[in-house]
Amino acid sequence: MEMKKNYLKKYKILFQNNMKNKIFIFLFTFFVLNSYSQNSGQINGDFSLNLQSYVEDEAINAQAADEVVLNNAFLNLLYSNNNLTIGLRYESYLNALLDYDSEFRGNGIPYRFATYTIDGLEITAGNFYEQFGSGLIFRSYEEKGLGIDNAMDGIRLKYKLGKGINLKSFIGKSRTYFTYAEGIFRGADIELDVNETFNIENQTKYILGGSFISRYEERTNPIFEIPQNVAAYSGRLNILSGGWNYFGEYAYKINDPINSLQESEMNYASGNAFTNSLTYSQRGFGVTAEIHRTDNMLLLSERDRTGKAYIMNYIPTLSKPHAYTLLAIYPCATQAMGELGIQLDVFYKIKKGTLLGGKYGTKLNFNFSRINGLEGGNSMLNDNVDFTPKLFDFSEELYYSDINLEINKKVNKQLSYNAVFANQTYNKDFLEGKTPGEYGTINSTIAVIDLSYKIKKGHTIRFETQALFAKQLESASQEEEGDWLMGLVEYTISPNWFFAFQDMYNYGNENKDKRLHYSNINIGYLKGSTRFEIGYGKKREGIFCVGGVCKLVPSSNGLNLSITSSF
Amino acid sequence: MHKKMKKALIIFFTLFFSINTYGQEKSLPNVEVKTLKGKTFNIKNLDNDGSPMVMSFWATWCKPCKKELNAIAEVYDDWQDETGVKLIAISIDDSRSMSKVAPYVNSSDWDYEIYLDQNSDLKRAMGVSTVPHTFLINGDGKIVWNHKGYIDGDEEKLFEEIQNLVSK
Repeated sequence: MEMKKNYLKKYKILFQNNMKNKIFIFLFTFFVLNSYSQNSGQINGDFSLNLQSYVEDEAINAQAADEVVLNNAFLNLLYSNNNLTIGLRYESYLNALLDYDSEFRGNGIPYRFATYTIDGLEITAGNFYEQFGSGLIFRSYEEKGLGIDNAMDGIRLKYKLGKGINLKSFIGKSRTYFTYAEGIFRGADIELDVNETFNIENQTKYILGGSFISRYEERTNPIFEIPQNVAAYSGRLNILSGGWNYFGEYAYKINDPINSLQESEMNYASGNAFTNSLTYSQRGFGVTAEIHRTDNMLLLSERDRTGKAYIMNYIPTLSKPHAYTLLAIYPCATQAMGELGIQLDVFYKIKKGTLLGGKYGTKLNFNFSRINGLEGGNSMLNDNVDFTPKLFDFSEELYYSDINLEINKKVNKQLSYNAVFANQTYNKDFLEGKTPGEYGTINSTIAVIDLSYKIKKGHTIRFETQALFAKQLESASQEEEGDWLMGLVEYTISPNWFFAFQDMYNYGNENKDKRLHYSNINIGYLKGSTRFEIGYGKKREGIFCVGGVCKLVPSSNGLNLSITSSF
Repeated sequence: MHKKMKKALIIFFTLFFSINTYGQEKSLPNVEVKTLKGKTFNIKNLDNDGSPMVMSFWATWCKPCKKELNAIAEVYDDWQDETGVKLIAISIDDSRSMSKVAPYVNSSDWDYEIYLDQNSDLKRAMGVSTVPHTFLINGDGKIVWNHKGYIDGDEEKLFEEIQNLVSK
């Protein structure tokens, strides 16, 4: 009796504590039961658990965790029935893995929504992810590997206004960890498929788009009239014709000074950015050329914040996302505050039956990218002088460059290989925010050979050999890590098992005490849509693929257990 | 908070399993993607005249994904002749690498139906957390099988599943 009373009391408190979530749960339950009786709705979702133990390792600068074991987990549930979708995500950080911001702490349901579609109108209440154009002024998305989730919470409407015209609009606040940032965002986007709307039967297709967003944040500054409503807009054009595809977008944002009382800290510079890509492809051949430029184009969900959790626009780096470890040791990050980048990709398949093509053909991918600063600095730097940086000038400080060739070939039924040769230049001082002259610029030459050999039906062994030769281009006060070697052996048994061992060796470190090995062992078991993996060892940050799945992994030393599942 | 959440989860699990025991097959979600020609397409309208479809989530930066799709490309003609299957490749490349999808696909001689899921709307709707992730869809548009990841030889298992489906 006493127990029951306590239970009821607890239940009452719980109910009051989180009325909102409760209501949601009831609605969810209601719809689920309703569907059960009609037998027409469905539920699906996915689950992920990642446990990691952290052992201190001074040599590689790996920290131990006070908790010994850390945990990131989530469960997505989606219910859908005809035009209705309801979903939620339960997240658990007890406590978050060390590569996550420590603000991810505890449990909760930070993501829940309902979407309904009727007569061409789609209504979403609750959380949603959205992107306008290529994301130059607005992108709300999640990237679990990076610990990014800036989901919006509010109302979104999408409407098909006749043939070929799509409207989107929303109002909401953006998620930061388990709370929401101060700024209230309002946004609208229109996309017009010219050919469809005006019934033009043409080989060439034109798609036009325009976006507008505005962030409201209260002004508390008693001295300066900083804008409470900060607007940004963009226009885009996509032309498709035969094998050709052109996409271009230009974006502008008004001034967004920080909330300071010091005149010297007030900066009223506006920002702008553009991105352009031109591609051509046909059977066996493809080429992509891109250029982008950013100038003071960081859009934040709160005006005085820094850090990735508050960034509301998306300007991806113009460089190849490498999947091999040593190619990703010196990765490029976008400088939204000011950069000019170009990139060229050529894809070519040497035909079957030729000398170089062999029995199955040979695939080549050449990639070149170069990113540097704006001539004379960005608009922000020059706010107090009458100055606008030149539109194109590649003479300014180099941030990053990468020239590489990838060769993919199946030799015969048993043997295939993938090889990559690259030369990268990495301005470590600038990209990692070091003092000029600390490390300077690093040039590295990298070779990767990845061989797969099929032993018998379902059994494959794979060897990866990688080498990186690095040099510092100018004299600097600090020594960089130097040369690396890496080897990996992977044995897979389709469809259930994989075993992998890898070792990275910093053999060329000038400091003999730092010529360290980073070894890892991984065992995985896959069954249908569930995957178990256990690993032990030391890791460096990078995109890491074993047994067929890729994700971004932080540096650590310890034991890792991960389970992912979809239903 | 903590206990309440636990309870909520228990409710969900109970509901989920009670529904799941009825073993209903899942339909394709009501989500829009783009074609390589810039057209908007609703994935619930996927159709292959009553023959099965394979839907594979991939990206240009994902090695195992490309391995899987290249392996299938070699036997795709035989698969189609025998079972009438059609492969739908959903690229989750975002604006960083989206412009490389068409050049990669064309240069690789893929005969698949390609769609772009630039902000992962379809990926989320289908509970895909990592790529590659492959779904098998029967002639009535119901999802009957799915598989996470790719290791060499997995395409043979996939083909067995397709054959089982066709011979039913």
